Amino acid sequence: MPKALEGIRICDFTGQLAGAGATRWLAAFGADVVRIEDPVNQGAWDILRSMPPFVDERRGHDFGGGFNNHNVGKRGITLNLRTARGKEILAELVKRSDALTENFAAGVLEKWGFGYERLKALRSDIVYVSNCGFGHRGPYASFKTWGPIVQAVSGLTFTSGLPDRGPAGWGYSYMDHTGGYYMAMAVLLALIHRQRTGEGQWVDMACCETGLTLHGPAILDYTVNGRPMRRPGQPDGNRSEWPAMAPHGIFPARGEDEWLAIACRSDADWERCGGVIEEAWAQAPEWASLAGRIAAQDALEERIAAWTATRDKFEMQRAFQAAGVPAAAVQKPEERIEHDPATQGLWPTVHHREMGDVRVDGLPVRFSETDWEVSRGGPCLGEHTEEVLGEWLGLGSAEVAELRESGVV
Amino acid sequence: MSALAGLHIVELAHERGALAGKLLADMGADVVLVEPPGGAPQRSNGPFVDDVPDRERSLSWWHYQTSKRGIALDWRAAAGREALLALVASADLLLECEDPGVLEAAGLGDDVLTGAHERLIHVSMTPFGPDGPRRHELATDLTLLAGGGPAWSCGYDDHSLPPIAGGGQQGYAIGCHYAVLSALTAVLHRELGGHGQRIDVSMHQAANVTTEMATYHWLVRQGTVQRQTGRHAMEQLSMPSQMACGDGHHVNTGVPPRTPAEFAKLVSWLEELGVKDEIPEAVFLEMGAARDSIRLADIGVDDEVTAIFAAGREAMAFLAGRLPAQEFFLGAQRAGLPVGVIHSPEEAFEDPHFVARGMQVAVEHPALGRTVTYPGAPYAFEKSRWAISRPAPQLGEHSDEVLEAVGIDAAGRAQLRAEGVLE
Repeated sequence: MPKALEGIRICDFTGQLAGAGATRWLAAFGADVVRIEDPVNQGAWDILRSMPPFVDERRGHDFGGGFNNHNVGKRGITLNLRTARGKEILAELVKRSDALTENFAAGVLEKWGFGYERLKALRSDIVYVSNCGFGHRGPYASFKTWGPIVQAVSGLTFTSGLPDRGPAGWGYSYMDHTGGYYMAMAVLLALIHRQRTGEGQWVDMACCETGLTLHGPAILDYTVNGRPMRRPGQPDGNRSEWPAMAPHGIFPARGEDEWLAIACRSDADWERCGGVIEEAWAQAPEWASLAGRIAAQDALEERIAAWTATRDKFEMQRAFQAAGVPAAAVQKPEERIEHDPATQGLWPTVHHREMGDVRVDGLPVRFSETDWEVSRGGPCLGEHTEEVLGEWLGLGSAEVAELRESGVV
Repeated sequence: MSALAGLHIVELAHERGALAGKLLADMGADVVLVEPPGGAPQRSNGPFVDDVPDRERSLSWWHYQTSKRGIALDWRAAAGREALLALVASADLLLECEDPGVLEAAGLGDDVLTGAHERLIHVSMTPFGPDGPRRHELATDLTLLAGGGPAWSCGYDDHSLPPIAGGGQQGYAIGCHYAVLSALTAVLHRELGGHGQRIDVSMHQAANVTTEMATYHWLVRQGTVQRQTGRHAMEQLSMPSQMACGDGHHVNTGVPPRTPAEFAKLVSWLEELGVKDEIPEAVFLEMGAARDSIRLADIGVDDEVTAIFAAGREAMAFLAGRLPAQEFFLGAQRAGLPVGVIHSPEEAFEDPHFVARGMQVAVEHPALGRTVTYPGAPYAFEKSRWAISRPAPQLGEHSDEVLEAVGIDAAGRAQLRAEGVLE
């Protein structure tokens, strides 16, 4: 199958998930993504290189399970940018790149002498996409972040929680994933613009800002109606205010830490629920209307929880779905990865030079003509230095060996 | 020039996919939103302007439909279907979220859509994909987050409380992000000389691969993460990282100080505030600052290192309890310690940093005679800028101009209106 992004070259300084997640998408569609890492500190800037989980007892910068997951399909080289020769080589790579991507703290690339003005001088139509927590401009440009801090500052942590209990937040770096998605969009948008106009540009992404846009209706309620989200009773757990639904929640099921989500979209849905529950309270006339159910939400949820707590979550899911009510078991990783027919094909096995065959995240899409492919594991440190310098710059093995001797690669 | 100027998109209105259309429209694509006569159901989602329910006053509608034009057309009826096909014939991309089989049943199967138009990019987003045994299951934002994995990782240390699905319809947003990535990839491929194609996005799968460690801990070592209050779900219980501050607002205390430089910064911050003497463990902070290096592996092994780390945590907790959340955040960040204030959405929106970067965007609503402030760009493009080019369409606002442009003249439109197919 042809590749959608064949021929696109990315000079990639990204790391962690917020950056690496972006170029992961591009690589899966055939872009030539070359990660550039520091040989002196052994790529340690991307801490995931040596972080758990591990496939076996081996440790070190080629064994991080998360790193492998986020960098499949990319090639990796090392380049010492403290040396003049290293900088020259980077300049040559930039001249041959369609885009340069990075998620360092603001100013790092500039410090190395590769700020946007320099990049543009090297290649006039370069697409440069930077992604950091607060962006490169503004009062907090020097502040540092990671996923949970981005979520905190952008409003996402606050809106996940039960009233009067403090935030539950997101139990993972949702904004690293999502920041990566927007970063990949930014690369694609800027490449489309370049294709049409011949013009390159810099996209300054501030991940907190991206997160802030994900609460649009709540912000309009504030700017138009003056109603803040910080008010008694908010956030309201798993309830749904807009659109208004009740019951709408996650209820206990039989077993240890087992749960079922139910969302009644309408009075008709509730009537169908009543048909499944088959108890008098579920047919009570005062709960027939949405207004009645919202007014009595605490009591309603208590009744439902008592009913669901003695039943199997998947059996309930099947019964509610058969009756026409949206319901889903809260699936544990094993359940959704190993036993769910709707995720078949989503977990490709890649070959990693050191770790061997490992399963990783696939892409949740299917293209009829230029589908994605994920088969090569994340690059070991410097795995493709010779290959890439040969292909991109025409350097021979003797020259690369010399660079290696002098500590440039 | 906008990045997507001149790209014609037809979007069939659906609550699941509205954000995808908005992201493309705000980058300059001409998105024509097709909703049924009488209005799409999402027009009745609150909140409403001045709390007055009305199909033109839904703020959810306003937010998710910016920069789009709108027509009200019943494409399930035969005459409406022909009008939709005329629209699609002149479009680059069709974005729709109908349940599997719905388009085919309306006479709009792949053969009909792409048969006439090989450059068409058709992005279809469904809860569980177009095939497989679960394809007809019902889904909402909540059930997608529950079944797809995110909810398992989110909630409190106390597991008698349910997992919490984050707010703001993120289950739909995750699917929309993949729909937009797909659309842009296919558009770029076409720009580079390729053809059109059909793309299927599974929202359930999208949620599954937006769960970070929960998934790869299972894939790599069959480990199962457990949810923990305000921090990463992990296989093991970790130290709390969220605190209530002096004003009752919360902060994420981030990664506690770990390097001698960070201990030095912490000490100087305490001195600046004049509270160093109130902390009995301050001596350990100074010891941390004076060391050449601190090995994380020595925590719990080396008494001095253990005491230094404990003192770092305690000092951060002391400061958080003493200061209002925003002050703690600013003070720590200025001292070089990465922490985050837990803003509500409106507090984030009013934060001076985002205001300075242009996050507050004024949009004219001529129909109501009001100017409304919207959240701005998710990314700052230097040249092909993000912009809200118009407010959400009123019902049928562009029915005439859109259909006129594809060759359906006044008489034809009158006929469609008489049949109740067009509004």
